[in-house]
Amino acid sequence: MGVAPAQFPPPVAPAEEFVTGITDSEDERIEVGVAIVGAGPAGLACAIRIMQLLEGEPELSERLGEVPVAVIEKGKVAGAHLLSGATMRPSGMRALFPDLDPSEWPVYQRVEKDAVYLLTPRLALPLKPPPPSFRNHGNYVTSIARLGRFLGERAEEAGVYLLTETAAAKLLVEDRIVRGVRSGDKGRGRDGEELANFEPGSDVVAKATVLAEGTQGHLTGAAIEYFGLEGLQPQRWELGVKEVWEVPKPLDRVIHTMGWPLRKRARYNEFGGSFIYPMGEDKVSIGFVAGLDYTDATFSVHDTLQLFKEHPFVRRILDGGTRVAWGAKTIPSGGFWALPRKLAVPGMVICGDAAGMCNVAELKGIHYAMHAGIYAAEAIVAALKQDSVNFDAYDARVRDSLICEDLYRWRNVRQAFSRGFFFGGAIASLATITRGHLPPGRWKQHEDALEEMEIGKAGSRYPKPDGKYTFDKLSSVFASGNATRDDAPNHIRIQRHVPREVAQTWVSMCPAQVYEIPEEQAASGAPEVDVHVTPSNCVQCGAITAKGGRLTPPEGGDGPLYQEV
Amino acid sequence: MKICCLVKEVPDAAVQKRIDPQTKRLDRSGEKNLNPFDTHGIEAAMQIREGGKVQVDEIVAVTMGPPSAVRALQKAVALGADRSVHLTDDALAGSDVCATGYALAKVLEAEQPDLVLLGQQSDDGECYTVGAVVADHLRMPSLTQVIKIDVADGKLVCERQAEYGYDTVEVDLPAVISVGDAINEPRYPSLKAIMGAKKKPLDTKSVADAGIEPERVGEAGSRTEVLAINPPPQKAPGEIIEDEDTNETVERIVAWLEERKLIQ
Amino acid sequence: MAGILVYALHDDEGNFNKNSLGAISEAAKLAGELGTEAAALVVGDVSDEGAAGLGKYGARRVFRARTVPEGLAQPIVDAMAKVISEQGFSYALFGGGLLGFEIGAGLTARLNAGVTMEVTEVRVEDGKLVAVRPVLQDSAVVDVGYVGEPGIIIGRLNAFDASERGDGAAEVVDVDVELSEWSTKARMVKRGEQRGADVNIEDAEILVGGGRGLGEAANFKLAEELAEALGGAVAATRAVVDAGWYPYSAQIGQTGKTVAPKLYLAVGISGAIQHKVGMQNSENILAINKDPNAPIFEFSDLGVVGDLHKIVPKLTEAIKAKKGG
Repeated sequence: MGVAPAQFPPPVAPAEEFVTGITDSEDERIEVGVAIVGAGPAGLACAIRIMQLLEGEPELSERLGEVPVAVIEKGKVAGAHLLSGATMRPSGMRALFPDLDPSEWPVYQRVEKDAVYLLTPRLALPLKPPPPSFRNHGNYVTSIARLGRFLGERAEEAGVYLLTETAAAKLLVEDRIVRGVRSGDKGRGRDGEELANFEPGSDVVAKATVLAEGTQGHLTGAAIEYFGLEGLQPQRWELGVKEVWEVPKPLDRVIHTMGWPLRKRARYNEFGGSFIYPMGEDKVSIGFVAGLDYTDATFSVHDTLQLFKEHPFVRRILDGGTRVAWGAKTIPSGGFWALPRKLAVPGMVICGDAAGMCNVAELKGIHYAMHAGIYAAEAIVAALKQDSVNFDAYDARVRDSLICEDLYRWRNVRQAFSRGFFFGGAIASLATITRGHLPPGRWKQHEDALEEMEIGKAGSRYPKPDGKYTFDKLSSVFASGNATRDDAPNHIRIQRHVPREVAQTWVSMCPAQVYEIPEEQAASGAPEVDVHVTPSNCVQCGAITAKGGRLTPPEGGDGPLYQEV
Repeated sequence: MKICCLVKEVPDAAVQKRIDPQTKRLDRSGEKNLNPFDTHGIEAAMQIREGGKVQVDEIVAVTMGPPSAVRALQKAVALGADRSVHLTDDALAGSDVCATGYALAKVLEAEQPDLVLLGQQSDDGECYTVGAVVADHLRMPSLTQVIKIDVADGKLVCERQAEYGYDTVEVDLPAVISVGDAINEPRYPSLKAIMGAKKKPLDTKSVADAGIEPERVGEAGSRTEVLAINPPPQKAPGEIIEDEDTNETVERIVAWLEERKLIQ
Repeated sequence: MAGILVYALHDDEGNFNKNSLGAISEAAKLAGELGTEAAALVVGDVSDEGAAGLGKYGARRVFRARTVPEGLAQPIVDAMAKVISEQGFSYALFGGGLLGFEIGAGLTARLNAGVTMEVTEVRVEDGKLVAVRPVLQDSAVVDVGYVGEPGIIIGRLNAFDASERGDGAAEVVDVDVELSEWSTKARMVKRGEQRGADVNIEDAEILVGGGRGLGEAANFKLAEELAEALGGAVAATRAVVDAGWYPYSAQIGQTGKTVAPKLYLAVGISGAIQHKVGMQNSENILAINKDPNAPIFEFSDLGVVGDLHKIVPKLTEAIKAKKGG
């Protein structure tokens, strides 16, 4: 009945297009010790940890040369492209900065009170006690965009070269050993032509390469295909859209909600919920997260967030406030079974969200990323000391650590929710009570893009934005600080003429209004339509890659400039 | 020939700009960037160097700003400047156009440039005038809003759009030229240049080092003072006409236009 | 003796720039409140009649520096600095425009004076002038006072309206000005060249902006004809430039040009914020759009909800008729 976007795969062959050998001559190329792609918690923790270790390794420092660690970041600054809830577990910060007091961390408050509500259209029913996966006492409310800036500064102080506004476009591989990355070109026009100020990318050749690109990592995707690293189950994603509001009344608790406005019937496959976190005394962070395996082509997470805000429970919190930020990003939710079967290949390791080290059931990922970055640093330094680029010790360390322990405990929970809200809830409880022993087995999940999409009624429930309390997508994109040049080449690979159900899926799904169906075709009722793409709106959330397209990094520096999300 | 490029660190275009109601000055706590117009100035310097008509021995990036302004200088160097000079001192905080122009001129005086290039305006000050103030102190000819520069034995031939159309003006060196964004398309720095920027010489100068009289700069030395900051005037809500009889609608539009003297 | 000295720019035919006339009118009004005089300064070959005629706008005296060339700022800085110092003027006022900025800036250095630019309003407070200007892309407005004398005020384009205030002829005073050595180092080669082909929309007083509501590239003709009738230029939104309906040089918005014309006539434009930030400071905004909920109606001065294909051609005809007589 419905149409699956996977039937219209994007025109891209990642392993062929994005993996290449070194092409720059010896004096053109840039040589560094360790190249880290991504200035997020995983990448920066890795960078900082390496520099900490190098203080005691003068011989290795010497060998790594003038630039021992380079972090390559496509955003304008470290943190520009980072977005999360977040209630961070402190163990990552403690492991990286054992002597730093939490009062100096870039965090808001420590969580004292947790509350979980089941929403109906009018009511908010508290679930007491809150389900164990939502117990955040002792965790810290954090803005990951601020955390990124903080870690970036620490990294630079430690001597790391932080190369912002630089995309990592290709993976350099020779004889199946990863040799570094190639940075993206700058100054291409809309059709890919070289403009007057064209500047080609450079080969950044490194002894060790760390892919810490976050969700939907571009080179990670290519590497997984090239080296055959697919996990036991396909990866899948949730899409989160959040806003930050200045509010007159401080919020005294960390809130999670389930239920309304998501629909419970199994056929809609709407899994997710909201979070509302206090940020200090005068701001709150409010977001909605939903799995991308929903089946209604008119479903939009951005608009679901706007609808959600209309609930009286939420109005009481936001009343009298002003929106000061907006953003969107996907979260890998495949969990344990979707982890790459190997996290290391000769010359390279994968850390953090790029590898799917995210525990969606407990909404945790930042501290896992930091721990993974630290493990990677330690394994890399140990191996390089022996002149080896075999980083298998990193893989073993992760498998043996709290990262895999936690992911294993929750390994079948997300899949259960695909069978409906109540069933999922029951399985989550089971997993909690048995500390992960149950349910047994490996529950299947399939790719989000394989879901058959139908034009349904989700879209008809969304409020018309009033520009003061509820907002449309375009003004939200503006609020994300996105000011990408208009004649930039299109960085999104998708098929441009597809069945209506697929086109509508993309149109509604994208929080930044990148995709549109031309007006006459939308109205005509034709079964197949064109898809118009406005790539300069893109905030690089990654949703399109989950649902039938392929995001590639645009020119370095493009995209949002998240400040405090 | 020695070219000095004046650059400024300004809040990034994507950051919500606001004035701190306590200090009545721009809140500079958010992300900062090299003033976009100044990248055109640096590009102009690079094109003169690469144009081959004259030998450019040195391109020096100069800025007056707080410690964080070093980043703007690094960007300028990544774009091609050979070294940079950072005038920084608490005594300079709150300087108005008059004080800023004087201070910058003192630093430039010590450099003895043949040509001073800068962007015609900054994203935060929006004054369009620093170049002309500096030029008078340096006793050099000056032009602003220049969109074309040609070099020809010790002289520049510049074009800019003035009140009556495009002027072509010949200027003897040394001179101070402020450029508009239409003059060129700034290049992207290569990764090598970005990484090498930190190693290029950076000269930090205080007010004393530059021979600047402290009573002439800073908030106390400024010749203007901000008395009040107010939100912009609220626009009165507009009128809405629903078109039913198009002839009548058009009549009403024309009347509205005439009332406002828009049909001349 | 306090007073306000205004620079009056003229073209090669002796016609005075209307922003300068506006500045003189404004100075006369302020001088009246201060109990002092407004005067003007002109350079170049200005006839007695021409100079005296500035009295109509309120200048009591007009200082004429015949030997100082018109068109470049620094010689005029020399002239104004001399007159201000010798006559003791407290303020120098300029109507908007490039030269005003450059002369005002030169005077700032020469006379160690405070300067405020892009001024939209001037007030008298406690016997002194306070200049009001927008800042930070018009997101706030500041009141600026002067420390010491003189104070330099450079108006925003079209901030001051010219108004005749009686028929008194001004007293013309010739002055001899010795030019600074560097004032002779810039020479005008060609002045005021018109380049019709690429109209710079940033300078147009009237703009007709076309958006997706036009329907197709060919319909930009409607916008062009309307612009022509009004004596303005055509601008475009990012969406239509993206679609190839109009060139990028006409694009207005967050990633395009910013304009503030006297009239911005938006045709088939929804008014999304990315476009709004490029034209929101237009003096008068007229929007025609068939969607009554289009955001542009929230900030337009006159909004017309209707079919632009019906309205625009008729409007163009009506305007041509009014003008043609």
